[in-house]
Amino acid sequence: MSQTTTAPHDTHHDTHYPGGITRWLTTTNHKEIGSMYLIFALIMFFVGGAMILAVRAELFQPGLQLMQPEFFNQLIGIHALIMIFAALMPAATGFANWQIPLMIGAPDMALPRINNLGFWLLPPAAILLTLPFLLAVFGIGDGALNTGWTMYAPLSVQGGIGVDFAIFSIHILGISSILGSINVIVTIFNLRAPGMTMMKLPIFAWGWLITAFLLIATIPVLAGAVTMLLTDRHFGTHFFNAAGGGDPILFQHLFWFFGHPEVYILLLPLWGLMPHVLATFSRKPIYGYKAQVYSFIAIGLLSVVVWAHHFFTAGLPVGALLYFMYSTMAISLPLAVLFFCWIATMWKGAMTFETPMLFAQGFIIMFGVAGLTGLVLADVAADAQYHHSYFVIAHFHFALFAGGIMGVMTGVYYWLPKWTGHMYDEKLGKLHFWLTVISFNLTFMPQFFVGLAGMPRRIPDYALQFTEFNAISTVGSFILGFSQLIFAWVIYKCIKGGEKAEGRVWEGADGLEWELSSPPPLHSWNTPPVVK
Amino acid sequence: MSHVAISHKKLIGKLLLAVAAAFAFGFALVPLYDVLCTVTGFNGKTEGGPINGFSRGGLGNESGSGSVAAAPSRIDRSRTVTVEFTGTVMPGLPWDMRPLTFSKELHPGELHQVIYLVRNTSDRPIVGQAVPSVTPGQAAQHFDKIECFCFTQQALAPGESREMPLLFIVKPEISSDIKHITLSYAFFNAVKDKTALNIRE
Repeated sequence: MSQTTTAPHDTHHDTHYPGGITRWLTTTNHKEIGSMYLIFALIMFFVGGAMILAVRAELFQPGLQLMQPEFFNQLIGIHALIMIFAALMPAATGFANWQIPLMIGAPDMALPRINNLGFWLLPPAAILLTLPFLLAVFGIGDGALNTGWTMYAPLSVQGGIGVDFAIFSIHILGISSILGSINVIVTIFNLRAPGMTMMKLPIFAWGWLITAFLLIATIPVLAGAVTMLLTDRHFGTHFFNAAGGGDPILFQHLFWFFGHPEVYILLLPLWGLMPHVLATFSRKPIYGYKAQVYSFIAIGLLSVVVWAHHFFTAGLPVGALLYFMYSTMAISLPLAVLFFCWIATMWKGAMTFETPMLFAQGFIIMFGVAGLTGLVLADVAADAQYHHSYFVIAHFHFALFAGGIMGVMTGVYYWLPKWTGHMYDEKLGKLHFWLTVISFNLTFMPQFFVGLAGMPRRIPDYALQFTEFNAISTVGSFILGFSQLIFAWVIYKCIKGGEKAEGRVWEGADGLEWELSSPPPLHSWNTPPVVK
Repeated sequence: MSHVAISHKKLIGKLLLAVAAAFAFGFALVPLYDVLCTVTGFNGKTEGGPINGFSRGGLGNESGSGSVAAAPSRIDRSRTVTVEFTGTVMPGLPWDMRPLTFSKELHPGELHQVIYLVRNTSDRPIVGQAVPSVTPGQAAQHFDKIECFCFTQQALAPGESREMPLLFIVKPEISSDIKHITLSYAFFNAVKDKTALNIRE
């Protein structure tokens, strides 16, 4: 890629910006909004993490020690919603905001004011989600959503005010996601640098593009489902109420029609990130760019037609079981293509193992575990044993922590020097990686075993024979949780100062964003670069 | 740049349309799902006039006695099927219910009658509605109720008990793999308001 250099801007017109909090409330700059998304995600990551540490503490030994089952149920559901909607998704949107304009040579996102609105919808939504905890302390209502994050009817139809709060929170989060998606699509379609065809688009942008389309296709269905839930609860409809001719299983269909693509919504931006990191630290070009892009598209299309594998045990007819089993397994084919391309990118490369590369390696190996255990779960005959057990918990944490959160950490370490202009502390970064990867496995590996042995999920108490594995898991989770403080510290230190980062932070890095200074000027690519 | 702004608007319009379409699709899935269940027997929704009429939201709206299932073509005496009867009273309905016959071994094609005994244990009159479900789901399409207390709402005076009859045929077309069928009723407190959304058509 070749391009014109940007003239560094004087920051003269920055003086027009209001100061203090007003600046952050009114900013339309993609870099500032990106930073806000990322900081919000980090804060909510700790909020959701604290909730689940309380859960793990309760599960340290059998019996009820710390909390009542009702509170336990609230913690697990809110933990999931916060981690998915308030940590992983905003982190990915933060990446998109920061990186997509830099990578495609655009001056900003296409819809800057929509961008601002998209972010500022998030804090109220997070407050709505968690407020019922506080209200319960003052004797109002019976706490937060207590149905698990899936909100299955009829339980959610009968639940307390926490369900209503969660419904409205999901509406707001959904609107925010849709605004973000529209922004990403318009930016990528309309603001690419001259000469950058779709097949020259950085692969990270491709991953995000598929995510954005999936969000537009599925979030409205979730919004519809929770709206039906709301009217069932308060306005006398019977979508999910059998007494009125409704069907509770319908909710599961609607929910997972959104819920399964959601997995890929969370992962696609990170699959797009991986090739960049692997190529940078292997000092080789990305292997199989086209194959990866087509795999993204294939996975995006397949992801909306496999939803019922989340409830194989609900009583589907045999024909449907077979269809959903085979279509689910078919997703492993494009995924295998991705894995192959990732490995081939590193093959015979001049590899070095800086923190982002370590996280990328950890991502590939442990996300592989998630994929393989997913194949086991997709087997209808085997699923009856695994369904609703700790095996499922372990499986999707390998997908969403090792695949999701560690993917985000890869991106943060990879781009942090670009964003802040300072190198992060490499020693602390490596320490963070090793503590994370070891304690992660300590936490979740035992859960495969207890799940296989029959321990159901969403239970505050358990049979005695599961004690040792649960104790190990709890110890692992506390190490994992507290290790993340290192992450926060590394980021803080890096923002405050450190060794100056060059424009091209990593010697093997390729792409438009590395042509800019580190940190890039507040307004970059005002003159679009020309890509040949 | 004004040229770019115009194309932004076009694209945004298309994307917003897609969002609206996806939202509408979510609601369209409700009737689609009903049709699918009736056709496949998924979820044990039984085929046949009155039940259909009910599942489309017409509570107590018996869609004509003419919708009785066609008479069985033949009786298949070469095999037997065991039908089990169960019943549950859902929360919010202070009734008792139990079948007087718990299980019956029969030849497909035979006409049989069983009786459920239902009693109102409260001191006020209550209207209830029974919702049937057949397991396994594949059997549902071949399980015909000729006469059933679930076709209409049932009103019981305080303390009143009633024997409620069910007349049914297991059609001989049923797969020979199915040896066991469970018919289960859930009795609900009848829904009073029939809002527009309740009628799914």
